[in-house]
Amino acid sequence: MSGSEVSGGRVARGPSMTRLSHAVGRGGILIPFVLTFVALSLASPSFLRFQNLANILDQQAGIIIVAAAGTFVLIAGGIDLSIGATYGLAAATALNVASSVSSPAGVVAGVAVGLAVGLANGIIVTRFRINALIGSLAMSFVVSGIAAIVTKGNLVVAFDHPDFQQFAATRIVGVTSAAWMMILVAVAATVLLSRTTFGRYVYATGGNAQAARLGGVRVNAIRVATFALSGAAAGLAGTIDSSRVLSAQASSGQFLTFTVLTGIIVGGTSILGGEGSMQRTVIGCLFVALVANGFNLLGLDPFYQQVTLGVILLLAVGLDAWTRRFE
Amino acid sequence: MAIPASDQVHLDVRGIGKSFGATRALDDVSIAVRSGSVHAFVGENGAGKSTLGKIIAGVFPQDQGDLVLRGGPVAFGSPREALQRGIALVAQEVALVPQLRVAENVYLGVEPRRTGFIDRDRLTERFQRLTTDAGFDLDGNAIVGRLPIAQQQQVEILRALARDADLIVLDEPSASLSAREVDRLHEIVRNLRTGGRTVILVSHFLQEVLALADTVTVLRDGKVVRTGPAAEETEGSLVAAMLGRPVSRTYPDKRLVADDSPVALAIRNLSAPGVRDVSLTVRAGEIVGLAGLIGAGRSELARAIYGAVPTSAGELRAGTTTLAGSPIDSIHAGVAMIPESRKDDGLFLRRPIRENVSLASLAGLHRLGFVRRRAERVQVTGVLARVSGTSLLEAPAGALSGGNQQKLLFARALLATPSVLIADEPTRGVDVGAKRDLYELLVDLAAGGVAILLISNEMEELLGLAHRVVVMRKGRVAAELAGSAMTEEAILAAAFGTSGTAAA
Repeated sequence: MSGSEVSGGRVARGPSMTRLSHAVGRGGILIPFVLTFVALSLASPSFLRFQNLANILDQQAGIIIVAAAGTFVLIAGGIDLSIGATYGLAAATALNVASSVSSPAGVVAGVAVGLAVGLANGIIVTRFRINALIGSLAMSFVVSGIAAIVTKGNLVVAFDHPDFQQFAATRIVGVTSAAWMMILVAVAATVLLSRTTFGRYVYATGGNAQAARLGGVRVNAIRVATFALSGAAAGLAGTIDSSRVLSAQASSGQFLTFTVLTGIIVGGTSILGGEGSMQRTVIGCLFVALVANGFNLLGLDPFYQQVTLGVILLLAVGLDAWTRRFE
Repeated sequence: MAIPASDQVHLDVRGIGKSFGATRALDDVSIAVRSGSVHAFVGENGAGKSTLGKIIAGVFPQDQGDLVLRGGPVAFGSPREALQRGIALVAQEVALVPQLRVAENVYLGVEPRRTGFIDRDRLTERFQRLTTDAGFDLDGNAIVGRLPIAQQQQVEILRALARDADLIVLDEPSASLSAREVDRLHEIVRNLRTGGRTVILVSHFLQEVLALADTVTVLRDGKVVRTGPAAEETEGSLVAAMLGRPVSRTYPDKRLVADDSPVALAIRNLSAPGVRDVSLTVRAGEIVGLAGLIGAGRSELARAIYGAVPTSAGELRAGTTTLAGSPIDSIHAGVAMIPESRKDDGLFLRRPIRENVSLASLAGLHRLGFVRRRAERVQVTGVLARVSGTSLLEAPAGALSGGNQQKLLFARALLATPSVLIADEPTRGVDVGAKRDLYELLVDLAAGGVAILLISNEMEELLGLAHRVVVMRKGRVAAELAGSAMTEEAILAAAFGTSGTAAA
């Protein structure tokens, strides 16, 4: 390391707020999460019961699966607003195929529909160079329209095919298979993002697309892959939830997009791309779930829940912008 | 200097201190800047000169100490507040609205109005007067984003003038200008001084500092080494003060290229945006310098060779491989490029240094898609030692000084073990010590058989390092010079298109 005494190790030219803002960005979500957890434990005796916690995990399975994939999209500099619509279409398709063909075919069909929508999103954004926000928003209309046509606007039910319920509702060590799938997806996504070349390329693409391209990253292929992951995850989530209740509706995912994005962004993944982590997304989603659970347990008006979540999302986006000020 | 600067102090910097995290950027800095003088701050990268300029212009607040403006203490919360007190900063990175026209940018926020609407006639008229006074040749109707960096910077200077700033901080103003534009800039600085304005000049170019400044302050590691009349300094004395030891600004010895050395890069009749019918070859072990004015098509040629922009005609070969026209194919064919703008085209400032360096080499650093993290760490550490860069692998790249950021790009290029290296302004914004390191690195690489195409605006650098110099003018090769024909005069003559020896 000759010459390192001259030129090495001169770090931190950024302003002193940088450290604080980075700390807030990286670990910030843990503090409100733990506080909410402790507060709920004290305020409601039923909160800490195994059954309540297992229920939270079961109900969050779909949301966390979609959020895990959505984290890739956001870090790569995109955004996918079609996940809710895709979720609804996949749920209806999975149920239809499960009742007309077989349960495994229903699962495959649900995931495949999601993957197809994701690939379409990816191509729209890269090949046709349409802004991801608008492209996926338009796509969400197309997809939810298709879902309404497929279901003829009705509730799709498969109560006569209870075997399909096994996919999501089988209990293993007291926890549903849906929750186990969620854990599996979260772990796989964490490894994919932090340990693989694909993960590196995702960060590079969102951090500085031009530099990534010059560095040998197939930027468009990476973008398409993130949208494909997001679509497939929405398909899986729709399939899981339709399996759980054996019914589905085209509009069942209408709040999903918002919930998922809130979870990701509250976790600290930047909407501007290039930054974020899977662990933070999971904690962010669980935080949102705790807030919702708290409203239930404490018997508060659910309308305030909606207001609260909206405010939390605004705060999270504001905080992200604030941390970027110290670049 | 013909007109003596007044003895009146325009700005008194008293005991300024500033820390970024654990780094002490400025420590008890006191400087008196006299009214109507050109006052230069010099020092290595990381010495604190830019930081000081930015504190003066209100970009960030100091931790300790006071700024006293014409006898009264001031505290600026933002560059806007500093501007209201007549202090303007023309920063290294231009900050303009690329979609707007030149005149609109110059008067952005202070447009002449009539009943709420922008008065275009008066705007045009004011712009004309301003450019004439300043001696700029700029089209007020040109869209800023389409102008070369050099002219965008002139727009920035005009913007400061349009706001009646009487203390102008120029942060590395000539770093991206060609020789002729630098001359014009110097003229402008002298005009400003004649007009009674005070100029603070933060610069790496010591000749420029000696030519322009009345007073020079040398900074080292955040402290003032000395402040004194520029007339009493020489390049040698400034460098010695900056480094704390005397250094010769010589170049490493050129090594001969064997006659039978194979052609590593062959370009035949290449046309691309900004490049017309260019043919040239670089042999293994050879450093070929690419000279020319800003806008002559050198960076465009570099980008076309690397596959960053599509070519419209011609043939490109690296060794025996035909380059397929995308960066990833070029990397596979052993071609690496250090891009002109490290922030726009090179680095991921928020990501760790380790990831920035290994990016282009991940194809060889994974098992089944999983990054081999130990091998990555070992290799990145090794290559950073080779470029005498930082040993911190996990700090974000954005935390490094300009010179160390540039070394990351060298490290990235080297890690991919290229046979051809295209280096576009590799020493821009780099301090003297780091420059020496980079020169030695380039020469060592060439000695190891790498073919190097070196683009530089510093004539001295090209003459000191290159075996041959290819001069470009208006997208074409204007001359190819080697041996005794390789002189500053010949390069300038070819670059300006004059047949004589004197440059226009």
